[in-house]
Parts: sequence; structure tokens; C-alpha cells
Amino acid sequence: MGVRVLKPGMSTTIQDRGRYGYYSVGIPPSGSLDQFSSFAANLLVGNPDEAAVLECTYLGPQLLFEAPCVVAVTGADLPPLVNRVPRPLWESFEVSEGDVLSFDYLTAGARAYIAFSGGIDVPEVLGSRSTYTLGSMGGINGRVLAEGDWIALGPVDGSRVGRAVPEALRPTHPYQREIRVMMGLFDHRLTATGRETFLGTDWRLTPVADRTGFRYQGAELEFKDRTPPFGAGSDPSNIVDAPYPIGSIQVPSGIEPIVLHRDAVSGGGYCMVATVIGADMDDVGQSPPNITTRFVEVDLETALQARRDREARFARLREELA
Amino acid sequence: MSHEIRSPIPGVFYRRPAPDQDPYVVIGSRIEEDTQVALVEVMKNFHPVVAGVVGVIASIEVEDGGMVGPGDVLMTVDEAPGEGAVP
Repeated sequence: MGVRVLKPGMSTTIQDRGRYGYYSVGIPPSGSLDQFSSFAANLLVGNPDEAAVLECTYLGPQLLFEAPCVVAVTGADLPPLVNRVPRPLWESFEVSEGDVLSFDYLTAGARAYIAFSGGIDVPEVLGSRSTYTLGSMGGINGRVLAEGDWIALGPVDGSRVGRAVPEALRPTHPYQREIRVMMGLFDHRLTATGRETFLGTDWRLTPVADRTGFRYQGAELEFKDRTPPFGAGSDPSNIVDAPYPIGSIQVPSGIEPIVLHRDAVSGGGYCMVATVIGADMDDVGQSPPNITTRFVEVDLETALQARRDREARFARLREELA
Repeated sequence: MSHEIRSPIPGVFYRRPAPDQDPYVVIGSRIEEDTQVALVEVMKNFHPVVAGVVGVIASIEVEDGGMVGPGDVLMTVDEAPGEGAVP
């Protein structure tokens, strides 16, 4: 049971829900950048939540099936083709032995998720199958897929074709996004003008956007003058080293804010002016280069409500597809 | 017959392997299916764009260094090589 990689795509990795509990020793959570879409893909093919899927960035792979399988593609609008015939997104479909799954051009979003009935069978590393390429762990030898790779699939337990995610529960991929943030921990380093600039600029995502971080351009932030404390560099955007939360936004030299994502380093000396709320991290993961983004300030109560709303959306989808 | 060479990915379009080098192709260049015609940079990687067709470059649709999206037309190719094409 398995799939042969004919073409790997641009940057395709095996991911699951993530590897938790090791960020304090420098190992980030990894896992699908768009957790809702990978959750949906697994539900569609009848997999357990912890099953591993493929995350495809911008360009889909070409895969040859060496056994029949049920497949679902979710996330970005990366239209699947079986033997060059279009198949639906957000819906489970059957493939036969000898079929080739390929993809048309990406039309919106950034990352598509492919779930296979049975899930991807690679060894767990520290409790997760997620690929963390910088640490060479998880997935297939800790790296992105390569031509000729063999993707082993697990045993199938009750897959079903023709399941579809209702339209209302599918994320949209607008070209102008609003991403909610809580200010801090180091926003006190910004002047009032710097703060206004951060929240008032239409930031454009650069091509330097990967699983580690998403780098934006658009303005320069003004920091307050200070005498650098011992251990901080002389640049006003430097701090004494501190831990970096996933979603934190650092702005080296006051230009080009970087939103850290699930493969981020765990700490360093850049001032974090704000942090993306957990509920909006999937949207960051679905941002392709050139998209514009406004960072919108919210308070803790709003962030926690957004988290509850998000959990309710997961629960609703599970009910819909039960 | 005219053929369009499209970018498979989003990123920055480059016509040269390095800033101080000649472009991969110019208008009139003869190309084979496996001729590299450009680079698209994304996620700190340079992704080669190959022609995928035999012919002569008829037009270049994007400025060197411009942003492109997946499926954007980068160049057009005359599949029947014309008179006076640069070899």
C-alpha cells in the first residue's frame, strides 16, 4: 500500500497536528500550517485526527498510486486531477491502482493538503510524523519530498468517498487579509507613530515566506530612543534575548515584519511588537506572496472568543461529516 | 502556432542566472523543450522555468524582477521557427 512520487512539487512535506512539548529545548511544533484544512482532509477520507497528510506549497506533486485509495484535497485552491481529469476540492474521491494524481495551477491560497485513507505511515519522532526540515526530523528522513520517494500508507479502517465539506465551512482566500493580533510583549519600544504605522499599513507579503516565517514589506516602524540594555544590540529593534511565541511578529531594523510560524526558532534578540492570535494562524499559512495584510489589534477576551469560535467550527465539521 | 510559457509558482521573475550575466533568452532565441528560460524565486529558492516546447521566443511579458503569480504568462513562443531567428 502506497504512493510513488513522480514529481515532488515545490516544497511538499509530511505533516500532522504537530510535535508539542519541545519548543523549550528548541524544537518547534511543526505540523500543518493550516490546521483546519488538514483536519478536514483527514475527516473526509475517514482518518483519525492524528493521521499525517501531505502539505503542498504553491505547486502540487505528481503521485502514482500503487493500490486503490480514497483521497481528499483541501486548503488552497490547487485543483486536483486524476489521470488529467478534474476532481473536486474539499471532497473525498476514489483513485485506482495505476492512477496518477496531479494538480492544475494554484488559483488562491498557498498550501493544499492531501489526505490518503489509512494516513501516511512514517515513524513518529517525539510523538509526531511532522517534517521539521531545519532539524532534519520527521516525515521522510526529515526533508521535503523528492522524486522517486515511496510514501507508505497505513491500513484503511472505513474510508468513504463522496463526503464533502459544506461550502459555509470552507475557508476563503481573499487577496487582502485582516490578521488579528495582540500587541506586545515589546510594543512599548515603538513610538506612538511606530504603533500607528504598524496597524495602519497594508503590508505586502514578500516571496520570503515559508514554514519558519512570513516576511512582509510596506513601511518602516519608528522605535523610541534608548540606551541599549546590557546584552541587547545597538539597533533599536534589538532586545535582550527572549523566547519567541509562534505567531509573534518581529521587525528587524524596524522594516519587514516577520510573522513566525510552526517551524520557527524558539528565541532570539528581535523585539516582538505583536503576536498573531492562534485562531488566525491558518490564514497566515494560506497567504501567498504579494497578498496584502492589515494587522488588526484585539484584546485578550476577543482572542479567547475567537479561539472558542474556531473550536466550534472544528466540532461542527466533525458533526457534518460523521 | 503560439505557445505560452507560464509560471508554475508565485514569486519574483528573473531573466538572468545572476545580475551580471546575460539573460537566459531574448526575443528571437531558439529554444528546445528543456531550455531554461527564467527563474522564479520564492521561499529563498530559485525555481527554474523550462520552455516545455520547441520554437522561438516571440515576446517576454514580465519585467525582470517583477512579481508573478501561478499561471501567469511569462513569455510567448512561436512554435514554427521564423526567418532570421537568432540561433
